[in-house]
Amino acid sequence: MRDAINHIVFGWYPYLCLTVFLLGSLARFDREQYTWRSGSSQMLRKRQLTWGSNLFHVGILIIFLGHFVGLLTPIQIFDALGISHGFKQMMAIVVGGVAGVACLVGMTLLVHRRLFDSRIRKTSSVGDIAVLLLLYAQLVLGLATIVVSLGHLDGHEMVRFMTWAQGILTLQPGVSSLIADAHPIFKAHLFLGMTIFLVFPFTRLVHIWSAPVWYLGRRGYQVVRSRSGVNAARPAMSRVRNLPAE
Amino acid sequence: MKVRAQIAMVLNLDKCIGCHTCSVTCKNVWTSREGMEYAWFNNVETKPGIGYPKDWENQDRWNGGWVRRKNGRIEPRIGSKWRVLANIFANPDLPEIDDYYEPFTFDYDHLQKAPELPAMPTARPRSLITGERIEKIKWGPNWEEILGGEFEKRAEDYNFDGVEKEIYGQFENTFMMYLPRLCEHCLNPACVASCPSGAIYKREEDGIVLIDQDKCRGWRMCVSGCPYKKIYYNWSSGKSEKCILCYPRIEAGQPTVCSETCVGRIRYLGVVLYDADRIEAAASVPDEQDLYEAQLSIFLDPKDPKVIAQARADGIPESWIEGARHSPIWKMAMEWKVAFPLHPEYRTLPMVWYVPPLSPIQSAAEAGKIGHDGEMPDVKSLRIPLRYLANLLTAGKEEPVALGLERMLAMRAYMRAKTIDGVIDEAIAKRVGLTAAQIDEMYQVMAIANYEDRFVIPTAHRELGEDAYDLRGSCGFSFGNGCSDGRTEPSLFGTPKKAKTPMEVS
Repeated sequence: MRDAINHIVFGWYPYLCLTVFLLGSLARFDREQYTWRSGSSQMLRKRQLTWGSNLFHVGILIIFLGHFVGLLTPIQIFDALGISHGFKQMMAIVVGGVAGVACLVGMTLLVHRRLFDSRIRKTSSVGDIAVLLLLYAQLVLGLATIVVSLGHLDGHEMVRFMTWAQGILTLQPGVSSLIADAHPIFKAHLFLGMTIFLVFPFTRLVHIWSAPVWYLGRRGYQVVRSRSGVNAARPAMSRVRNLPAE
Repeated sequence: MKVRAQIAMVLNLDKCIGCHTCSVTCKNVWTSREGMEYAWFNNVETKPGIGYPKDWENQDRWNGGWVRRKNGRIEPRIGSKWRVLANIFANPDLPEIDDYYEPFTFDYDHLQKAPELPAMPTARPRSLITGERIEKIKWGPNWEEILGGEFEKRAEDYNFDGVEKEIYGQFENTFMMYLPRLCEHCLNPACVASCPSGAIYKREEDGIVLIDQDKCRGWRMCVSGCPYKKIYYNWSSGKSEKCILCYPRIEAGQPTVCSETCVGRIRYLGVVLYDADRIEAAASVPDEQDLYEAQLSIFLDPKDPKVIAQARADGIPESWIEGARHSPIWKMAMEWKVAFPLHPEYRTLPMVWYVPPLSPIQSAAEAGKIGHDGEMPDVKSLRIPLRYLANLLTAGKEEPVALGLERMLAMRAYMRAKTIDGVIDEAIAKRVGLTAAQIDEMYQVMAIANYEDRFVIPTAHRELGEDAYDLRGSCGFSFGNGCSDGRTEPSLFGTPKKAKTPMEVS
């Protein structure tokens, strides 16, 4: 029975989450783009947001990149580069710890602001509050795993999670057995992490897809749209040209 | 040369009576919705005053518009592209709602439902954001109306720069004017430049600047980028919105709602042709005081055969070239030079032009001593300081505004001579560099201001650019998502369920 639950949660659930994450995002982008926004509340209250939002975003971006690279890079590459598992584990703890604390401070400000500032509270949707608390819980769990990791600094636990994540992405649900005897804090962190992917398309988190890095590559500054050749049904798809000519 | 057409507006401040009909009709049509209660696509400010939002003209504080760098290139004052992105998590230049005002309503219900009380029931204010009681309304959409409040606050008006303002605090010397403001639909819009998503764009065919509501992600950089603070963040939808120059009406050849309903007939709409290749050069001239002339220099004479030929080559419809030839904007801003851009020093090349107001001679006691320049009083002795108007309209350069005012005074003197004395006084016209025929036309356009003289709006030629077959049966104005109003109920994606109106229930 335990094995079956373990297999469902760490073998099947990831696929449910990833499918909803991708198809849900696609469906929302296609059908409800008007709802696709960052949902900033800075205009209603700047206090606490400047520090809160900056610390939170910078922290969580570092954490996200750390997880992305740390979990999905095949361990052979680290071995080939001569990076020992123990060193990688320490890196994860130090970088993740520093970014995590910054993120925690920022999020605490944001959570306080969202729950106790009436302007923000009254204009929040259930989803806004829920996703913030979900991320907060996930962050606390993530920081708690550092304590567990301090018990096995050789990095073998970390490599097991890497193998699991890469196994899931290479369509091997059987790797769930690797998680079976992981520490409960890790299991909770993994489960909540997948759940964030599950709810992602239904929350303001979709703005992550739209991080406007393309802005740096825009030639010139101006955007002019002409009507010619435009399909009237989709004004969003119209041709975009630059002005003034550089 | 690349010829483009722009629908531009002139507001004749000499005739504005500050009735706010433009603001109210605009609000009723476009912004009477949750999240936009505080937003006025069109508002009328009493000047001097700090305006709406507070202190909007102070770009040291808000960093709107463009700044010219040492290398001669211009960039948004909020920073280069990477700086804009670095500020995206918390925009340091974003006004808070209190800088506009916290929108409020009153407990009107209480007036009807109050039980019998010893005192009359009152309708107390309530926030439209939180729904909570507001004990004291501290600021509103038009707090400084007709010089409301003490002079010290009003005196922070940025346009007092270089004016000995103390004497204007005295009741006998005070002055005021109205300034209706809307989106300037600039030729070099800073909002477009600062939008990281590329959601804001200028329409090639008529120059209207719009925000694609589907593509806007609410990064709110445009709010800071626009020096006129005419982009409003909708806290409910999480998208920015702005004046759309009533484009569904303009496309049909109708004037905007604010223009149509203006009881003073102060608003003019028409086409101007300009050279799109010269925008950047005009916006980048080193001296701010040269910006007005630089802006004038990019407009093209619609009667010039070379311009007409190039306009045709660039795909400007014949009706638009014809419209440009009869454009009241061309006449007032470029031919007679009585209309000026608002704060050209922002380098956005704004397309809403203002005829400065005449005002009474400063002091009746000194009336005898006033330098009469022939038939006309010296414009320097008008009650509204010339420098103040110049700060507003020509980056502080007084000569163009003085000439504009003189021409308006000349029009009065000329018409007085014509209608009272029955003489055509060519000398008056000549002294201000006009002909009698031009003054007659000025009088027709500016004083009589018939509907067809004020609004010369060629209809959009959608059939030239689009397959009209695809357009049949499609929706008109919408906020995105095709024909839906942007709210799907019940929504999978977190939009609040909208309360049904009694009509919808039945």
